[in-house]
This record gives sequence, structure tokens and C-alpha cells, in this order.
Amino acid sequence: MTLLLSSRTLRISEMDRRFYEKVRDLSGEEIDLCYQCGICSGSCPMASEMDILPSTLIRLVQLGQTEVLESETIWLCSSCFTCSVRCPRGIDIAKVAEALRQMKLRKDVDYVHLNKIPKDERERLPQIALVSNFRKFTA
Amino acid sequence: MSEEGSSTPKVRIYVMGKEYKVPIGLTIMKAMEYIGYRFIRGCGCRGGFCGACATVYRIKGDYKLKMDLACQKVVEDGMYLVQIPFAPAEKKVYDIKKLKPSGNVLLEYYPELAKCVSCNTCTKACPQDLEVMDFVQAAIKGDIKEVAELSFDCIQCGLCAIRCPMGIVPYYPALLARRLYGRYIAPRSKHLRERIKEIEEGKFDAEMERYTRMTVEELKKEYLRTREEIEQ
Amino acid sequence: MRFPYYPGCTLKTTAKNFEISAIASARALGIELVELPRWNCCGAVYSLVSDNLMSYLAPIRNLIRVQEMNEKGILENEYRLVTLCDMCYNTLKRANLLVKEDPEKLEKINTFMDREEDYKGNVEVLHFLEVLRDVGFKKVEEKVKNPLKGLKIAPYYGCMILRPRGIGIDDPEDPKILKELLEALGAEVVDNPYKVRCCGSYQTVNRKYVVAELAHDILSHAVREGAEAIALSCPLCSFNLDDRQKEVKELHPNFREIPVFYFTQLMAIAFGLEEKSYGLNLNYVDPRPLLKNKKIIKDSTPYWR
Repeated sequence: MTLLLSSRTLRISEMDRRFYEKVRDLSGEEIDLCYQCGICSGSCPMASEMDILPSTLIRLVQLGQTEVLESETIWLCSSCFTCSVRCPRGIDIAKVAEALRQMKLRKDVDYVHLNKIPKDERERLPQIALVSNFRKFTA
Repeated sequence: MSEEGSSTPKVRIYVMGKEYKVPIGLTIMKAMEYIGYRFIRGCGCRGGFCGACATVYRIKGDYKLKMDLACQKVVEDGMYLVQIPFAPAEKKVYDIKKLKPSGNVLLEYYPELAKCVSCNTCTKACPQDLEVMDFVQAAIKGDIKEVAELSFDCIQCGLCAIRCPMGIVPYYPALLARRLYGRYIAPRSKHLRERIKEIEEGKFDAEMERYTRMTVEELKKEYLRTREEIEQ
Repeated sequence: MRFPYYPGCTLKTTAKNFEISAIASARALGIELVELPRWNCCGAVYSLVSDNLMSYLAPIRNLIRVQEMNEKGILENEYRLVTLCDMCYNTLKRANLLVKEDPEKLEKINTFMDREEDYKGNVEVLHFLEVLRDVGFKKVEEKVKNPLKGLKIAPYYGCMILRPRGIGIDDPEDPKILKELLEALGAEVVDNPYKVRCCGSYQTVNRKYVVAELAHDILSHAVREGAEAIALSCPLCSFNLDDRQKEVKELHPNFREIPVFYFTQLMAIAFGLEEKSYGLNLNYVDPRPLLKNKKIIKDSTPYWR
């Protein structure tokens, strides 16, 4: 299955109902409320680096597409809540991203590998950076 | 060997699931040897100091998992036991002479410290009643002195490491902290330095020479001399 | 006024300048920040999946310490916990709200932490800026002996003190609190259109060049508006906007460095407090040349790295 973002065409496969319900329950958000206005994508500071835009991510979750778990998008989110604050339907998109990350991390696989952080970075980085990063990106 | 019909009161313990009756008052280690087990691993000083005999157990009827040292803990009725002769852990390689006792040095070598969620499971596991969570937190805060002081009595038995849900091994960063403290931070003993200088200057050479030439009998007499006799 | 104070790990090491200047300037205003005994790292981020209660142990444990301070008589009926670090503020406040609104979760957490007394849910978490706002910026202005005249500063808020709504201390789209503070200190405040944009936060560990680009956006837009310095309140934002200027220069060789201050450093300078309370030696980009140029500090103020 391919996600062709630039052409705004999404080829989708059959909806995985259990995946959709799991994301909805874990995030606690009413994902069905999203009407694709795109304000989250426009606000996101990391959007230019993402392979799937935030609004597309929500659409794919609505359609039960498990491939979103393989995106880089969920790992680019910096939990700034700009999307959540601006969403006209009151959806906390940052929570949805966190739920998707947790679904990967709870298989006990780290996203950030501690031993791959270069030595000079480990000397420079303040504790707050390491602590917050590991909370979000390690199992 | 156990004696059938003996009048010594007994308790039931379960070693790897099998029930045995052992006399009260024995430590876990002695009880297992009483049954007939021979320790070739996970046994050391038998004095609560080497950390080799880490034991995990439950008491019948109680769901809680407990931890202690086999050579210290006395058996209780209904103990389900297992020994942990070794806890898998990696000590990072560093040259203590090249390190600086700066705030972030512990996190630099052990970045997993940043994963601590302050759940206190390590403190509950410690058979020496150390405040393990407190010194892990001190390590994150970069307070090397506090880590060294709180972890001083740690025997590296491994129980905290096998229980930590975040995969932290508290005693290796603590070891680094103690080494850094001893080398760079601890105040130097002035009279020790003075004494070493005196020795190097040869102040005690003549006296040492005199003692090495004495016979055993002369040494015995010398040893029993009182302070007043010496000062004359 | 005496408040229990939660520093957070970074304020004891790389952000010590934030703490030193805050405690000194608070004291000048008659506010004593009493550090929590036996505090632990709060976790820096609030877990957005609340089925797993593990990540709330750390913040709640700190709130219990506030209770203990009151019980031991270190404080007299003061349950308002003050933080300096934005991320700690957000984490502590949100965790506090979670257990206040969900008694079942609170009970589970209390039961798990069986070696602590129960958290009763009576602590309130404040950011130091809120305390200053309550004291009144007029009072702050009265203490200014060395106004920051001619210094053009762009305030930078970041995310954690503004979002989500209800947690934020000001409007998330157009906050004014730092502007009011800086004007009280005598500075000329420059509006930075990127003042509420995220600095990249924890992405700095594994995607430092993405963070460097974000920093470049934020800083260059401020400079374009005429800013000569940035004022902020979060140690992670400070690392991303100050220390990471090294990486910004790698990506944009023509980028000119701009000093980044914690707002409390500017307070300490404006109040005319002693030089060692400014903590300027921990700022990555040397702010001395700018401050000397504006005759705000004397030539003898030391800087060492």
C-alpha cells in the first residue's frame, strides 16, 4: 500500500476496526469529529519534515489504516499542543500521536537507542532533554 | 540430614516449587544446605557483605514479591524461594583519571538514568535498606557527593537492577560517583599527607631499621613495653 | 511571602543561572523560594495516555513533599508550589489536575506509593511568572534601579506555559505577560511573530538539525523585527535557542549570534543586584558585549566558560 501525499490521493486497504478502536480508546479522543479542515497541519512546526501531515494522519486513523504506525510523523511530533489548541472540533491531536507512539513502544522496542547518542552530545545535553526524550521515545 | 520425629520446631519452605521442612532459626542459605543443596554459585562471604546470595521469595498467602540476602534472612513458614546468582548488567569502561566530576558526567556514561520514573521499586528491593531511588535521583541532578554518601553501603547484589522497570542498574553509576568523589571531591586528609612526607624524608628509617634487626624474643619484649617506658 | 519551590534537575546544573537569578530577584521582592526537600525529577513531560499511571508517580511524589513541608512546620499553610521551569510547571500542573479530577486514579497512585503519605489533592502549581503577575508589575517596576534602557528584547514563550488552555498562564495565541514584565524592567519590547512557536523540545536529542532550523526561524524573525536579545523561561528552550546556535551557524553561515536570557537574569540586572546573581557565565552566547554596549553592566563584569 502506498501513501501518495503530494498527489493528495490515498490508496487505502480494508479498515482495521480493532486498530481504530484501540487508538480511539488509548487517546481518549473522538477521532470521528475531524472534518479535515487542515488547521492542525498548518500550525504544526514540524510539518515540513513529516511524511504524513497531521490532518492526513487523523484521516488515516479514521479509516483504520495501520500503516500510520510506520510513519515518521508520529516520531516528529514535539507535543507542542498548537494543533490541539486550534482544532475547531476540540480534538487533542497530540494525544492521538502519543497513542500511536505508545502502540509501537509497548511492544518493548525503543525508538531512540541510548547507545547511539554521540558522546559529545551526551556531554552537552541538559537532563531535561534526555528525560523528556526518553519518556516519549523509549519503552 | 533432617531427622524424622525430631522435636525441633520446623517450618515449610519451597525451593523451586518443592516443599521441605527445615528447623526454625536457620538462614535461607543454611536451610538450603540442610536440605542437601550445595552452593557452588551465589554464595560468598556468608556475612551480608559480598552481595552474591541475592534471593527472591514470596510467602504463602501473600501476593507480594520480596527480596533479601540468603545468608542473612532467616526462613519463614511458607517461603517460596529462588536464588539469583547473577544480575546481567554492563559496567561502562572509563578512565577515572580522565574524567571530570562535572554535573552531567554520570548521565553521560549512563544515559538510562534519565528514564527513572521515581517508582521506588529499587528501594523496596534493597536488602541493605538503602535509599536507592534517592541516589538515582541525585545522579540525575548531578549531585555526585549525595550519590556517593547514600550508596556507600551498597554491595551490588543486583536485586534493584533486576526489578527496575526502566532497565536502570543503580549500582554502576553509584560506583562511578563514589570513585569520582574519592578522587576529586572528598577532602584530603592533612595529617596523612604530612605523615607520607615524613616517611619520604626518612624520619622513620632508623627506627624501622632497628626493628627489622630484632629477634622474635626482642620484638615480644618491645611489644609489651608501656608508653612510659618508651618515652624514657 | 514564602513559597515551596520546585527547581527541576536542569536548574541545578546547566541552568543554574536561571535559579541563581530567580532566587535573588525574588528575594528583592520579598519572596522567599523554599526548595522542596527530597524532590525528584518530575519527568519533564506529561504522559498523554493515562491508562498507565507510572509516569504520574514522579510528579505526585513532589506534591506530597509540599504537604510534608507544611506538616513539619517549614511552611505555614502554603500549598502553592512555585516552579521556574516551564516543562516542570506543565507536568506538575497536569498531573495534579488528573488526580484531582479522577479519585480512582489518585487512590491507585496513593496505594502504590505505600511508603509515602497519601496525596490529598490540595496543592496548587504555579509558575513564577504568575507569582510576579499577582505581586503586580508596578511593584516590580519600583524595585528597578538599573533600567534596561535601550535594550530591545523579544520575549519567547514556547509551548508549556501557554498550552493546553486551562493549563496555560496566558493567551496561547497572543500572550502578554513577558511583555509587561520586560516593560516594567525598562526594556523596549519587540513583538516576535514566532513567540509562541515550539522550539523543537525533546527532538534536540535525536534530530538536532531540525531543531536548529526551528531555532533559526524563531531567532531570525525576532532579529528582523529589531530584537537584540531574547527573553525566555524554559531551560529546554534555552538550550535549543541558545546552545544550539552552534548548529544554526553550521546550517546558516551568515547567521549572527543573538544572546538569550532567562527573564530572571534580566530582573536581577535591572534590580541592580550583585553581579554573581546574574549567572551570565552559563549563557552560551556571551551577552556581555551587548549589555556593556548599552551601558547596562560595567566593564568589569566577569564572564567565563
